[in-house]
Amino acid sequence: MTQTDQRLENVSFAIVGTGGAGAITAGSILQEAAGRAGWYGYLTRSVGPQIRGGEAAALVRLATRPVECMTKEFDILVALDWKNADRFITEMPVSANGLVVADPQAGAVPSAITSAQIATRECALGDLVKEIPGGRASMIAVGIVAQLIGLSLDSLMEVVAEKLASKGAAVIASGRAGIEAGMAQAKEYDNDFALKPAPEKSDPRWLISGNEAVGLGALKGGVRFAAAYPITPATEVLEYLAPSLASIGGALVQAEDELSSINMIIGASYGGRPSITATSGPGLALMMESLGLAAAAEVPIVVVDVMRCGPSTGIATKSEQSDLNIAVYGFHGDVPHVVVAPLGVGDCIFTTQWAVHMAEHLQTPVIVLSDQSIGQARALIERPADVAFIANRKTYQPAPEQVEAGQKYDRYALCADGISPMAIPGVPGGQYTADGLAHSVRGLPSSKPSDQKDQMDKRHAKIEGFNFGNHWGLSEGDADTVIVTWGSLTGPAREAIATLKDEGTDVRLVTLRQISPFPTKALENALQGARRVLVVEQSHSGQFYRHLRAHTTMPFEIRQLNREGPYLIGPDEIRAHIRDWKCS
Amino acid sequence: MNAPKFKASDYKSDVDPIWCPGCGDFHVLMSISKALVELGRPPQDVAVVSGIGCSSRIPAYTNCYGFHGVHGRSLAVAAGLKVSRPDLTVMVMSGDGDGFSIGGNHFLHACRRNVDMTYVVMDNRVYGMTKGQPSPTTEPDWDSALSPGGTGLSPFHPLVIALASGANFVAREFSGNIKATTKTLVEAVNHPGFSFVEILSPCVTFRPDEKEWKNTVHSASVEGTDDPARAARRIMTDDGMNTGILYRGKRKPYGAKVSDEIGDLAPLEAAFEV
Repeated sequence: MTQTDQRLENVSFAIVGTGGAGAITAGSILQEAAGRAGWYGYLTRSVGPQIRGGEAAALVRLATRPVECMTKEFDILVALDWKNADRFITEMPVSANGLVVADPQAGAVPSAITSAQIATRECALGDLVKEIPGGRASMIAVGIVAQLIGLSLDSLMEVVAEKLASKGAAVIASGRAGIEAGMAQAKEYDNDFALKPAPEKSDPRWLISGNEAVGLGALKGGVRFAAAYPITPATEVLEYLAPSLASIGGALVQAEDELSSINMIIGASYGGRPSITATSGPGLALMMESLGLAAAAEVPIVVVDVMRCGPSTGIATKSEQSDLNIAVYGFHGDVPHVVVAPLGVGDCIFTTQWAVHMAEHLQTPVIVLSDQSIGQARALIERPADVAFIANRKTYQPAPEQVEAGQKYDRYALCADGISPMAIPGVPGGQYTADGLAHSVRGLPSSKPSDQKDQMDKRHAKIEGFNFGNHWGLSEGDADTVIVTWGSLTGPAREAIATLKDEGTDVRLVTLRQISPFPTKALENALQGARRVLVVEQSHSGQFYRHLRAHTTMPFEIRQLNREGPYLIGPDEIRAHIRDWKCS
Repeated sequence: MNAPKFKASDYKSDVDPIWCPGCGDFHVLMSISKALVELGRPPQDVAVVSGIGCSSRIPAYTNCYGFHGVHGRSLAVAAGLKVSRPDLTVMVMSGDGDGFSIGGNHFLHACRRNVDMTYVVMDNRVYGMTKGQPSPTTEPDWDSALSPGGTGLSPFHPLVIALASGANFVAREFSGNIKATTKTLVEAVNHPGFSFVEILSPCVTFRPDEKEWKNTVHSASVEGTDDPARAARRIMTDDGMNTGILYRGKRKPYGAKVSDEIGDLAPLEAAFEV
């Protein structure tokens, strides 16, 4: 008789504590060590609005195959303390048969997470720390979790030694002592959350956040200049780009506000340098006027909006998909432009690189709609495939004899694809004035009806004629029940579909990366044979659903799963909707 | 001295300005062309950036690379352009509404940032393009349809604010004095860092009283200083009609710039491997 492997495909844990107690560091060490061993994983942080001393939690999920979202419930919860726990503890319910580890001296386990099934282990973290010179409770927590899930001391120490290298041998030794103490404690528990062995890997895993991935995608696309105004949850894009751009001979300038940052990148791009900025909803609102200028003057730029809960200041640290309307429809005047959305953490690289390529090719603004849920999540992924998209602007390079003969340059010349060659300052004979005023082919201010029509048609033609290839989105499966979603909800929808399949229910996934111009044909093809369509999005008013309805006929039975943040729509909620529908 | 490489007409386009006859901005355009002749910069290596308003129409009247953007943001466009293309000579053209009202915040931070460029504000103390409303430099009792009886607000003092915010070169000229204005513009462009030149440029249509400026301006009796405290005292105590270079600072210009060489991305990618 063969013994079945009882070990898990999937384990998730939360380490909670007061901000500064080291919960996030502990989660990061565990995730990185798991990545070196070959597992996949996902880490999100839950932090309060306080800068220091508020609540902080690292939520980590490790798995034997790629994962693109957090679980709803956690197998293990280790509390460094329970201060402010009431503010966030409902966000991290412990599963039945789960385990809570806490120091009895830090107070009682909150009633919100206790139940008959959930085991609680008392661990005198405070006393253990006192026995280790320079000891930290967070390192003991690392040891406890590692022992429970089956991560070796050696793999952890590799990571700890690197992370703490600058702090000296004594700090590393005390980290080791803490981990060992935690492991010794957890050996006493009879709970076992051991993961199945990691799959073989040929290349090292990548550990990257969505915000870093956006930055890397921009650089791979050829971005040389960025302007920045800090805003949660987009700041990490800018903080990644600042040293990275400097290291490759580019530059980032911190601006005084978003009105300035958008205009700085327009200026830099006018000078011939592919340029980007990143912001969130409030910043995007300030940028709209100048985004229109970039479209009218035909200056390529990329603006990344890492969406958060709106409206107004909203909830800066939590996610929503509610900037679709402003990104697509928020301009004054008619503004042909492109809006795309990454389908997950790793896809932030591809989508941003593609965005840079399109902006440069089309000489128009491209908006990338990422959001907090993927921007601030850190995932263990396979090394992303290299793609060929690169900034390649059509430029005006007159021959010396043409310049000598005084040949006039029509910056906004009418042409079949609408993409007229752009002169870059410094090129003799290319002088023109880029203008937000309606203009003639030469770029001179004009209110003639024919110029207005010609230039509107020209700008429209650029977008209309562009070949978006097969990057509009993804269609997986051919069932007649379909989930249609976009951007960051791709991962949760895909996971819902995988578990429904295990239950014997086939569901098709159709998800959009290309939001505007709307890929009507591609979507209609993807929906061939559909009978029931569930539209899933994180928006109270159903912005995506209305956008779909505006651009496609959807002769199906349609339901919506749409709501505001801050609670993320997850696989369980999507699955429940499909189950209910099937039963009805 | 070598013969000039270019003539004034090399810097002018064939576009007719929309300005009213008698507008001071005609003279400013002439002074800019003459200054560029003296600087000897090829037209294609000069970028003229502006926002919205009568003065902001200048880029298309030059034969340089021009950028006519949205209201108030010219300094931001110019900063991005200069950092990304340090080889260009960047001049920014603005007015008292565009530069001091809607663009006021950018003015402060452009002075602080000290990017090597020249900021020319044609100050006529009125919104001309929208037909006569008070601007930040308008006198408090100036009557208009939008603010009957006057705004009652103290006028903004651009030179003091530029100095206090860190501008590296501060000057005031009168548009009618083409020779002096030309000389000051040449110095402003040559001076490292952020150079601010306020040019009193009469609006003969909505401020006919400003026709008198030609009689009331007077050139500074002493040379400009590199001592900010002395410059501040002089600017604060003059009558607003005192022209010339008032301050030449020694601050280091903004450092970041984009180079033509593109570095290797491989180390950046390798950093994500675990």
